[in-house]
Amino acid sequence: MSATLEKGVRVLKEVIDAPIASYFNSCVHCGLCAEACLFYTETGDPKYTPIHKLEPLRRVYEQEYTWLGRLAKAVGLAKPVTDAELHEWQELVYNSCTLCGRCSVVCPVGNDIVYMVRKLREGMSASGNAPDGIKGAANRTVTIGSPMGVKLPAVKAQMKHVEEDYGIPIPLDAEGAEYMVMLSSMEIINFPEYLGAIAKIMRQAGKTWTLCSTAFEATNAGMQIGNSDLARVIVSRIVDGAERLKVKCVISPECGHAYTALRWEGANLIGRPFTFQVKHIIEVLGEFQEQGLLKTEGMETDRLTFHDPCQLARRGGVIQQQRRLMKQIAADFVEMPDAGFMNWCCGGGGGASAIEEGEELRLEAFKKKKSQLEAVKPDRLVTACANCRIVLEEGLEHYQMDIPVIGLTETIAEHIPDSVDKEGA
Amino acid sequence: MNELQFLTWVRGPGLDAAVAIFLLGTVWRLIEIYGLGRKKDLAAPRLTPGASGWHTIVRRSVPPEGMFKQSPVTYVGGYVFHIGLAAIVFLFAPHIKLVEGLVGLSWPGLPSQIVDLVSVVTLAAMVVVLVDRIKRPVKRFLSGFEDWFTWAVTFLPVLTGWLAVQHLLLPYTTMLALHILSVEVLLVTLPFTKLFHAFTVFGSRWYNGTVNGHKGVPV
Amino acid sequence: MRANRILDTLAGQGITRRAFLKYCATLASLMALPPSAGKAFADALAKAPRPSVIWLPFQECTGCTEAITRSHSPSIEGMLFDMISLDYQETLMAAAGHQAEAALHEAIQRNMGKYLLIVDGSVPLGLDGAYSCIAGRSNLETLKEVAAGAAAIVAMGSCAAYGGLPKANPNPTGAVAVSDVIKDKPIINIPGCPPIPVVMTGVLAHFLTFGGLPELDRLGRPKAFYGETIHDRCYRRPFYDQGKFAKTFDDEGARKGWCLFELGCKGPVTYNACASVKWNDGTSWPVESGHGCLGCSEPDFWDAGGFYKALSMPARPLKLEPAAIAAGVVAGAAIAASSRSRKSAAKAAHETTTLADLEK
Repeated sequence: MSATLEKGVRVLKEVIDAPIASYFNSCVHCGLCAEACLFYTETGDPKYTPIHKLEPLRRVYEQEYTWLGRLAKAVGLAKPVTDAELHEWQELVYNSCTLCGRCSVVCPVGNDIVYMVRKLREGMSASGNAPDGIKGAANRTVTIGSPMGVKLPAVKAQMKHVEEDYGIPIPLDAEGAEYMVMLSSMEIINFPEYLGAIAKIMRQAGKTWTLCSTAFEATNAGMQIGNSDLARVIVSRIVDGAERLKVKCVISPECGHAYTALRWEGANLIGRPFTFQVKHIIEVLGEFQEQGLLKTEGMETDRLTFHDPCQLARRGGVIQQQRRLMKQIAADFVEMPDAGFMNWCCGGGGGASAIEEGEELRLEAFKKKKSQLEAVKPDRLVTACANCRIVLEEGLEHYQMDIPVIGLTETIAEHIPDSVDKEGA
Repeated sequence: MNELQFLTWVRGPGLDAAVAIFLLGTVWRLIEIYGLGRKKDLAAPRLTPGASGWHTIVRRSVPPEGMFKQSPVTYVGGYVFHIGLAAIVFLFAPHIKLVEGLVGLSWPGLPSQIVDLVSVVTLAAMVVVLVDRIKRPVKRFLSGFEDWFTWAVTFLPVLTGWLAVQHLLLPYTTMLALHILSVEVLLVTLPFTKLFHAFTVFGSRWYNGTVNGHKGVPV
Repeated sequence: MRANRILDTLAGQGITRRAFLKYCATLASLMALPPSAGKAFADALAKAPRPSVIWLPFQECTGCTEAITRSHSPSIEGMLFDMISLDYQETLMAAAGHQAEAALHEAIQRNMGKYLLIVDGSVPLGLDGAYSCIAGRSNLETLKEVAAGAAAIVAMGSCAAYGGLPKANPNPTGAVAVSDVIKDKPIINIPGCPPIPVVMTGVLAHFLTFGGLPELDRLGRPKAFYGETIHDRCYRRPFYDQGKFAKTFDDEGARKGWCLFELGCKGPVTYNACASVKWNDGTSWPVESGHGCLGCSEPDFWDAGGFYKALSMPARPLKLEPAAIAAGVVAGAAIAASSRSRKSAAKAAHETTTLADLEK
C-alpha cells in the first residue's frame, strides 16, 4: 500500500460514521438513484448509478467496521481498495457527480448518497486522486485567495468602478456593519453588476453593510475537492473577517457551493458554532421583500424561468423565496418541469465545472437542462449561482440555444429606482 | 426422519436455532452499525415544518415527484410485494398463532382465501421484480450473488407456504416443513445481507431526514 | 372347521348373501376401488378358505384389540372374525399357559408359509428385550420365529407400525416398530391409536381377493385409507378457510363447530380415514365430538409438539434466545468499541492535508 493510499484509507476511516453504515446496510440495489442522476439518464451508462460511485467507500466500511468484513479481510476474501481503483473512480466521484443531491431525495430506503460522496472525496483528495482541475482551483484559493486568482487590488478596482457607475459608496472593512457581503470570483471578474446590485438594494433597505479586505472570496474549492483541512483554511478567513468586523450576518453570494460551505459546513469545519448568521443573498432579499424593504418599479415582460441552484434549493432549503422575488419583477414567469426542490443540476456543480476532461460528459448531461428549457421555451433564464450561470451559458452555446442567462439579484436591482432617498439617514 | 419428525424438528430445535441466530445477528448488527456514532452538527439549524427524521421515515414511502414514471415497475412491484409479504406474515391465522406462541400477542387475521390470493399476487410481483432486475441495465449492473440469493430466500417461504396450503407438488406435511425451514433460512440470512434493510431502513431514513431537516429541507 | 369357506361360516351365523354382497360393495368403495371390485371381493371371499391368522401382542395396551372387538354386530368390522381362522390371540383365546404356546406352534407348523401374522404393540430392544416377555421369551425372539413362517405381516396400530407410545421420548425400553426388526417379509402398517377397524377388514379382503398387499404409501400404509389428510376431508374445513377458529373448548366458536386448528388439531398433517369412515358404526369421530385430531396415525405423534398446540406454533419452548441476545450484545459492543478505537486511531494519525498532499 502506497503512502498516499494509506493516507486516503485512513481518512475514510475517520469520516465513516453511523449514517454511512446505516446507508450501506440499507441499499437494496433497486437502481432508483440512477433515475435521479442526470449523468445516468442522459448517457444510459449504468456505471453512473450514484450508489455505485461509492464502491470504494463501501468496501473500506465493510472491511474496517464490520465483523464479517474484517473476517473476510483476515482470510483474504475481501477485495482491498487499490490506488488504481481510486484513480479509476475519479471520474465517478468528481466528473460525474455534482453533489446535486437528487439521488439522496429519491432513495426509497432513505440513503443520503450525496452525503457519502462528499465523504468519499475526503479520501480521494487525501490520496491524491482528485482531478487536476479542482486541484488547481484549490491551490489558487489557498495560495492566492481565490480560485480564479483574484486578489484584493482587483476587488478594489471593481469597487471603484461600481462606485463610479452607481454613485454609491462601497464600504470596506466597516466594523459593526449588519451585513458582510461575500463575492465569488466569477462575480468579481465576469458579473460586476452583482456588486452594484447589492449597493442599490442595501441603500434602499437602509442596511449597513461592508466588504472585507481579508475575506471577500466566498467560494471554497477545498470543499469541492472534498478536503476538510483545506476547506477549513478557506472558511477560517471568512470567520476571522466576520468576527474582526463584528458583523451580524455574512451574506453568501449567488454561488451554490459557497453557501453550503459557509452555511452548513463552516461551523463543523472550525469545530464551533459561528458567532454570526450566514444567509444566501436570496434569503436576504426574501426577508427584505417580506419586510417591505424591497420596492421595485416595472416588470420584465419577456418570458422568464428560474433555474434553482441545487445547493440553494434542494441542499439549502431556500425554495420559495426566489419564486416570490421572481413574481415581483416578472410578468411572465414560467416554471420548468421538476423546478424547485426536484430541479435538475446544470451539470457543473460540486467542482465538476473545473474539470477539463469532464467537459464532454458535462455537455452530454446538459441535455436534461435542454429538455427542461424546451418544455417552457423561456426568452431568458434567471438563476442565483454564478457557477450555474457559466455552465448554463456554455451548454446553451453548445446546443445553439439563444437564451441569455441572468442573475436574480442584479435583475431585481435593475427595478429599484435610482432616485429613492436614503432611508434612516 | 419421516415427514412429521422433520416438521417437528423445524417447529422445535430448528425454529429455536433460527430465531436465536436471527436475534443474535440483529442485535449485533444494529449495535455494529449505530454504535459508530456521528458528529453533532454545529451549523445553526433552520427549523422548517415537515423537515425531520420522523417525517422522512414516513414520507419516503411515497415516490418523490416525477420518480414514479421513471421506473413504475420498481415502485408498483415493490409496493405489491412488500405489502403482500406483510399481509401474509401478519394476517394469516396460523402465523398469528405462531406469534402468539412466541410472545403471547394475538390479533384478528384474514380469511385463508384472501391470504391465498395475496400470496399469488405477491409471488407474481416478485417474479416481475426479478425479471426487471435481469432486464434493466442498472439493476443488472448493480446485482451480485447476494441480490439473487436474497430474492430466492424471500421468494421460497411464500412459494412453499402457498404450495403447502394448496396441497401441490409434495405432501402437505413435507411442504409445511419445507415452508418453515425456508422461513428459518430467511431468518438466519436476514441480519447478514441486504435484507437487513428491514431494520436499517428506519435508521437511514431518519438520518437522511435529520441531516437535511437541520438545513430546513423536507426530504 | 378351519378349512371352511367364508360364506359358509357367515351363513351359519345368519348373514344372508345379500348382506354379504352389500358388505363387499361397501369395502370396495371405501378402498376407492371400482364398483366391479365389489363383485370380485364377493366372488373371491365366497370361495376363499378362511386363512389362518396369528395375532401377537407385544408392548401394547390392548386398545387395538378393544377397538375391533367392540364393534357392533353385525357390523363390517365384526365380520373380520368371521373371515379368518384366528388361531392365536392371547386376549381372546380360552387357552392359557402351555396350551396357548402349543396352539401357537401348532398353527405355525400347520400353515407354514401361508398364515397371516398380525402384530400389535412395539418390540422392546432394551435389556435384550427383557421389558416384555411371553413364556420366558422376549418379544423380539417370538416375532422373529413367527415372522419366519408368515406370508405377510400386518402391523396393527401405531405401536407396531412405528413404535408408538412406548417409543415416545425418551423411549426407556428401546421400543421399535415391526419393520425395524423384520426386513424380509411384506409388512402392511395400519397405524392409528387405535386404527380404524374397517381398515383391517379391508386389507384382509384385499389380501384374500387379490392375493397380495394393497398399494402402500411411503410409510407402508394402504393408500386407499391413508391417501388424504383428515383436514382435507374434514367437515369443519370451510371454517378454516374462512378464518373462523374456536379459541377455547367452550367458547362461541367451539359451540358453533368452528375449526379446531388453533386448539392444536393435527388434521392438516394426519393421513387417515376418520373424517370419512368415522367410528362406532359411523356414529362420530374425534373432531366431530369437539376435539382436535391428535395425529395418531403418524409416526411419533406423541412427540410432535403437544396435542393442544397449533401446528404453526413452536413444537417446544424456545430456549436459546436469551443467550443469543446476550451474545448479540457482546458481539455488537465489541465491534462497536473496536471500530470506535480504530476511528480514533485514524483521527490521531491524521496528517493535515496541505496543497502538496493533493498530489500523489
